[in-house]
Amino acid sequence: MTGSHPVLTMTGISKSFPGVRALDNVAFRLFPGEVHALMGENGAGKSTLIKVLTGVYGTDEGTVTLGGEQVSFTGPMQATAAGVSTVYQEVNLCTNLSVAENIFIGREPRRLGAVRWSEMRRRARSLLARLDLDIDVNAQLGSYSLAVQQMVAIARAIDIEARVLVLDEPTSSLDAGEVAQLFRVMRQLRDDGIAILFVTHFLDQVYGIADRITVLRNGQLVGEYATSELPQLGLVEKMIGKELRVLERLDEHPRHDPADRAEGTPLLDARELGRRSAVAPFSLTIHEGEVVGLAGLLGSGRTEVARLLFGADRADHGSVRVHGSPTSLRTPVAAIARGIGFCSENRRAEGVIAELSVRENIILALQAARGWLRPVPRRRQDELVERYVRALSIRPADPDIPVGNLSGGNQQKVLLARWLITEPRLLILDEPTRGIDIGAKTEIQRLVAQLSDGGMAVLFVSAELEEVLRLSHRIAVMRDREMVTQLTNDESVDADRIMQSIAAGAGQEGMPS
Amino acid sequence: MSNRKAGYRALTTHRLFWPVAVLVVMLAANTVYRPGFLSVQMRDGHLYGSLIDILRLSAPLILVALGMTLVIATGGIDLSVGSLCAISGAIACLHISRQPDQNDLGGVLTALALGLGVALVLGAWNGVLVAVIGIQPIIATLILMVAGRGLAQLITEGQILTINSGPYKAIGVGHLLTLPLAIFLALAAATVVAVVTRRTALGLMIESVGGNARASRLAGIRSGRITFLVYVISAACAAVAGFMMTANVSSADGNAAGLWVELDAILAVVIGGTSLAGGRFSLSGTILGALLIQTLTTTVYAMNISPQTSLLFKAVVVIAVCLIQAPGFRARFARRRAPAAAPAPVSEQPKEQVPA
Repeated sequence: MTGSHPVLTMTGISKSFPGVRALDNVAFRLFPGEVHALMGENGAGKSTLIKVLTGVYGTDEGTVTLGGEQVSFTGPMQATAAGVSTVYQEVNLCTNLSVAENIFIGREPRRLGAVRWSEMRRRARSLLARLDLDIDVNAQLGSYSLAVQQMVAIARAIDIEARVLVLDEPTSSLDAGEVAQLFRVMRQLRDDGIAILFVTHFLDQVYGIADRITVLRNGQLVGEYATSELPQLGLVEKMIGKELRVLERLDEHPRHDPADRAEGTPLLDARELGRRSAVAPFSLTIHEGEVVGLAGLLGSGRTEVARLLFGADRADHGSVRVHGSPTSLRTPVAAIARGIGFCSENRRAEGVIAELSVRENIILALQAARGWLRPVPRRRQDELVERYVRALSIRPADPDIPVGNLSGGNQQKVLLARWLITEPRLLILDEPTRGIDIGAKTEIQRLVAQLSDGGMAVLFVSAELEEVLRLSHRIAVMRDREMVTQLTNDESVDADRIMQSIAAGAGQEGMPS
Repeated sequence: MSNRKAGYRALTTHRLFWPVAVLVVMLAANTVYRPGFLSVQMRDGHLYGSLIDILRLSAPLILVALGMTLVIATGGIDLSVGSLCAISGAIACLHISRQPDQNDLGGVLTALALGLGVALVLGAWNGVLVAVIGIQPIIATLILMVAGRGLAQLITEGQILTINSGPYKAIGVGHLLTLPLAIFLALAAATVVAVVTRRTALGLMIESVGGNARASRLAGIRSGRITFLVYVISAACAAVAGFMMTANVSSADGNAAGLWVELDAILAVVIGGTSLAGGRFSLSGTILGALLIQTLTTTVYAMNISPQTSLLFKAVVVIAVCLIQAPGFRARFARRRAPAAAPAPVSEQPKEQVPA
């Protein structure tokens, strides 16, 4: 790879939006047969650079050279035709069409204008075989998990004879096994000479696969580095432009004292709660001020547990007590009335209401609890919204812009604010830090610790073990839609131990009844 | 200079700029064609003139469109409003026709209450089909759109039911403070709907359910209740419109009353800037849309456009309004006209800020 000419060179790229200079004289090189990580916090300009490269945006200044020729794409189709394929973070496929149709939509194999369906299915199968993915190409895409949908999107991208493959956070919804599978595919493509531009928030993944790293900060180029010459800490410092004081402070937060929390009547006591074909019956107690982590691989039933406890799905087995009194959490309304709040992992589809303003999104749950006849007075709205916009440093701090214009991390903070103003006794957070930058992530983790110190109970669902370990008093481990064990988070528990539980399964710790 | 430019931009990118502009152009065209068009005269203590006529005739459409706005904002649609107009009008007329004294105010009020009550029950039927049983709104309300015509004809026994009631007629053609009563009724209905949606949290919840139903459920909104409610409100608005329509001609025709008004109402809502996908709604936009449609109808008559081409003419104007309102279309147009211009201020919505 070294010594050859770059397949892609971007020089002096500048791009402004009204009021924002998103890219300022940025340069970027991509060599054939390398995996190149593009790093930076949210708002650093990664997505803008990718959109300039793929022709979604035009540039204000600068040149893009592809294979020695200067190019200027006016749309994604043109970029794709020239060999620049992109897989975006949010799966951009049609869930109501079949897998094969999704791979070939817009470029179906045809004869005399008629689609050659058998040819299409055959080619789809062979493409998916290249990705080690054994699924029915005739099935509706929507019947598969997000992870599989992501792989289908990649299959679609590599079918077009790509010279440059752009992967914009392809791993944010994949579990460890699937990430490994994706990396295998990426290495194979790299060895075929394809240049891969890889964007991710997971530092480990960068060091697992990337050959080189380009760092952006506030729309400017920080530098281009060989992965082997840039230690992980150095990378983070370059990304956020300051030392890791914030992170350290959180780590200094005293490991909690689980013993005195788990006494008295539990806030929530679920006994043999379950739902057929979603999650096997489990028992779980959560006390006031306790953070219970829910660990497990993607699809292990983490989200299903969270949804049952919030009434988002209805349990068909078992019982729940809140503060000792039997209750049924049949609907979100019932759960909210008992002081439970829930942030879904699916921010866009189940969290924010994109066209409504930040203010409206924040007061929504409180307003829903009061009913439509008792509107929250405007002055109180302003007071609450202003307080939480400041406390959670939601940016931009304008409560009247549509929440859809905010970055992912800020949307997540809006959702947190929505629940915090209802003053819940138990807050269920499903993947609250997924796909958001390291600064916002730290802020959210710190907030969780603070809330639990203040007496709020938190059920913290996350795919990242480090995060679960750092925050939780107790950790429940899920595997294959079953709660296999619950661990008290003391010195003896570390990521390895949890990984073992996930791998080995039940029968070690003795689940309570 | 830049200040004025910015002001101009704020004006032309305002949501309702283009409907207003088209309305003004249409009024101007009418005035050129018929110089007396804008004049308003006082006769017998009442104001007369084309402008007054437009306001009076658009009143039923405004009413129907107000209810339709709320339904559409939840992501639904109500096709049954035309039939509801016919049913409520027929019931009111039937009750009045059976009174010994058709001019008795008490009898007329009972008739109105009966008509409104039946419409509310039918609106609740729509609401149950959509919100409880979960039938798609277009199908659920199609049932009543078709069956309701039959129901209206059953009530009038297939005849055109003519009445002779002063108080009832006043709803359609009466006057108050020199202006047609219908204008005040429409204004009152608009005020009531605005207060109910914007002074309470109902409007926010409607927009929330229409914007993202799943997220709204998880935020604890009882979306079923909200959905049910908007169909009932829509039916109530249609009932009052039905009274106006039948009072206008002092007769109830199960076949013709409110025929196709649902389509004009949907059009008024869309012209007013409320998306058929649900979410944000604008009552003032809807009223403007209804006025625009009525002005268009009046223009077609006033300009003596032949009946054969009048529908086509209407269609062309409507297409033009929809197109110039669409940010995408305007962007393309602006680019073509001024290719050298720096970042063209064409998009109605702010561009994605600092895409992460």
